[in-house]
Amino acid sequence: MNGTRTSGSPYAPHTDEETATMLQAIGVESVDDLFDIPPGVRFDDEFGIDARTERETRALVRDLLERNDDLTELLGRGHYGYYVPSLVDHLADRSEFLTSYTQYQPEVSQGFLQALFEYQSLLVELTGLEIANCSMYDAATALGEAATLAERVRDTSGHRVLVPDNILDGRRSTLENYVAGTDLVVETYPTTGGTVDVQTLESQVDEGVVMCYVESPTVRGVIEPNLDSIGSLIGDADALFVLGSDPVALAILERPADVGADVVIGDASVLGLPTSYGMGLGLFATREGYLRQVPGRLVGVGEDANGRRAFTLTLQTREQHIRRERATSNICTNQAWVALRTAMHVGALGPDGLVDLASRDVTRAADLAERIDDLVGVTAPVDDGHHLREFVIRVDQPARAIATDLKERGYAVHVVGDHQLQACVAGATDDELDGFVAAFEEVVA
Amino acid sequence: MTGSNESRGERVSAFDGSDGCDDGQVAHYDQARFVQNGEYEPLLNEKGTAAVDVNEASPLPDELTRDTLELPSLSEPELVRHYTRLSQMIYGIDTGPYPLGSCTMKYNPKFIEDVAALETGAVHPDRSADSIQGTLEVLYQLQDYLGRIGGMDAVTLQPPAGAAGEFVGIRIASAYHDHNGEDQRDEVIVPESAHGTNFATAALGGYEVVTLPSDDGGRVDLEALEAALSERTAALMLTNPNTLGLFERDIEEIATMVHDAGGLLYYDGANLNALLGRARPGDMGFDVMHYNVHKTFATPHGGGGPGAGPVGVVDELAPFLPRPRVREECDGFELFDPEHSIGHVHGFQGNWLVLVKTFAYIARLGDEGLLDASAKSVLNANYLASQIDYEVPYGPFHHEFVASAGDQDAADVAKRMLDFGVHPPTTKWPEIVREALMTEPTEVENKTTLDTLAAAFQHAGDSDTETLESAPTRTAAGRIDQTSAARNPRLSWQALSDE
Repeated sequence: MNGTRTSGSPYAPHTDEETATMLQAIGVESVDDLFDIPPGVRFDDEFGIDARTERETRALVRDLLERNDDLTELLGRGHYGYYVPSLVDHLADRSEFLTSYTQYQPEVSQGFLQALFEYQSLLVELTGLEIANCSMYDAATALGEAATLAERVRDTSGHRVLVPDNILDGRRSTLENYVAGTDLVVETYPTTGGTVDVQTLESQVDEGVVMCYVESPTVRGVIEPNLDSIGSLIGDADALFVLGSDPVALAILERPADVGADVVIGDASVLGLPTSYGMGLGLFATREGYLRQVPGRLVGVGEDANGRRAFTLTLQTREQHIRRERATSNICTNQAWVALRTAMHVGALGPDGLVDLASRDVTRAADLAERIDDLVGVTAPVDDGHHLREFVIRVDQPARAIATDLKERGYAVHVVGDHQLQACVAGATDDELDGFVAAFEEVVA
Repeated sequence: MTGSNESRGERVSAFDGSDGCDDGQVAHYDQARFVQNGEYEPLLNEKGTAAVDVNEASPLPDELTRDTLELPSLSEPELVRHYTRLSQMIYGIDTGPYPLGSCTMKYNPKFIEDVAALETGAVHPDRSADSIQGTLEVLYQLQDYLGRIGGMDAVTLQPPAGAAGEFVGIRIASAYHDHNGEDQRDEVIVPESAHGTNFATAALGGYEVVTLPSDDGGRVDLEALEAALSERTAALMLTNPNTLGLFERDIEEIATMVHDAGGLLYYDGANLNALLGRARPGDMGFDVMHYNVHKTFATPHGGGGPGAGPVGVVDELAPFLPRPRVREECDGFELFDPEHSIGHVHGFQGNWLVLVKTFAYIARLGDEGLLDASAKSVLNANYLASQIDYEVPYGPFHHEFVASAGDQDAADVAKRMLDFGVHPPTTKWPEIVREALMTEPTEVENKTTLDTLAAAFQHAGDSDTETLESAPTRTAAGRIDQTSAARNPRLSWQALSDE
């Protein structure tokens, strides 16, 4: 760089001389002359935001975030903090991945397209369904998109969408927003002991139902034992069976395709992202028959001028930039980089590592429940059945008081009822679980 | 030259001297390319898979488990090479200029990755508010920053992308009108040159989309607007500067017209970079807006996302914002639910990792940096336009301009530009300009880079049809036949092995 810069954006490289040369080429005297803003709406004030050096800015954020308590989190309920291998950060942070955008020019974006194609393929293997898109925002928005898909492809005249009564508030509420512009209405079906009350569900599923959403594992961490019969009864009513799950669960649980699922949604970022205050990656997989109705981006295989296999975004006529108000969704910017990370994490684990991760959590959750159950005034797990990685605990004392006491000892758990807590082993080390049991023992003693 | 068997060797490069420009003086770009067994980098599964007997390996009863799981099985070094090679087959902002119109592909400062990686910020969304005061304060301060920048009274950070922000805006409009007993408002007006997401969002919200033609100058046609407005109008969605880079000079009158008709005025923040520190949507009469932080505030685009699309509103609409929001009370920061909240639009509270980077970027630039960003983005667009031969039919433009490729196919022009070390503009949109080349260089390019870009435009403009149609040649892959890819969709490696 020749010449000097006066203050301004640290990322705008112009020297004063350069600016002058450019203005001359344009034929104006000052940058202000380039703005065509009527006087009535010009902003002549200041925001009152001080500029900072890079070092000061890093210190600012560091100091703020240090006000967070350093707790060992035994938290789940839709957001999980599995250990993410170092290679994921190092590779995903390569700036070609980080600083590119949607692959409108596939010839110069083959690497990202291939990574997304591989992500789609991993989901196809995990779900057994033929089509996976390359991301929605999170599980809640994927559920909303599943409902609008159901509306487009429905065979029935129905307009009811059934969801479990214990669905997470954020998912239910997001779904309500997605269907607000349709004639769909959201209703709940009952759960008992953390799983579907199949008999009651059967009585609710009729030709008026266009979609039924079932989760496994459920919000309370229980593996749904009756997916097969649930799938049959939903299928018999010609309603869309939408199953909520995630890549760790899918590694060992029944394949969605084998229980009749039409759509699988969930948070795929359980792998690839560390705990990120709820940031996610919407998993969306479905049957080939619904291909033209799928929301979001799809990467397909084509051929280049050299006759070699190459990758490209495809079937874009479903999308908003082509189809506008007749698009299958309004999504544009998505979670591509998180999908990249998830694929890397699955790749790093391999099938053995992934099955082992899920299996160990089943065992560790059962062990932890058993140890806590031994404590006075504590029952765990509350629900029958097998748990994947989290479970509900009943405490004789008020749950909130127990949670507060646990927090003082450095542990965070969910409070899910007046006398109910929920704890999750995902991402916790065995030492941390030992420490948690010891703290729990002190608290209830 | 097409994909016949004899052409399976490398194609003759346009830079071998045959087009007379490979004298070392023309900037060009050779992208890395790996070839094995006649194909490019193999797929993960082609490098080796393993199948696990899940019944055997899991502690669960067989009726709860799948039988097998077959996935790629690579060693760490193999995996690292795979992704390193893939990364080398991607053009990013750090590779070179990326003037994709309406996408604001500005440089993403490196340090913002460091603040996002702070482990103290890695907290679960169900943590008690008193135990995550730092996270809540970052969010609170970011709400405050964005409110000041947009001239808005209240801000939600929950929407995970621009289109999600639009959806919040439309849902708020709906809730607001319902609240006032005006549920007959079933139309949303969108200018024909607007982003595709505007139309799709309004439709997703259940609205009839009324498309508004532009006037001869490329701006909102006030007579057409007057005709479109009625007691059925819920909102007008507007981008300003619009997608042609033009400031909607009549914005005050537009706001009055929309408000007189009882509608709300929505601001699409995609082009906010042009106005930073110079004009604010709130001062123009907009009632609700979204910010594309991955555009205006330099968070990385990540190959398509994640972004974030915070939404700002005027006081009157604040009770309708998504829940929960962050506020400051005497004993610290807490979450609360606005009185008439539309509810959630994300399972938790959006894309935290993007939001903390946004906060850091704004805190780094401050008033003077933000004002300079808009200055230099507009300077760069105007300088670049002055250096190319293609006609730019509409002006005065700001941070972006739309040139016309005239008799050339804009998509071919873009392909040709790839060989010259630059990413091409957005093509064939907005349709109001014939064979559109929508160009937004952003503030981060210096004159030398802009001259390189101008040269790439020039070379493409000088190319004959045959050269254009066979471009690009120096990229990892040659021209890809997208039509046949769509005709025979193969969307997974399973679909390939079925063949």
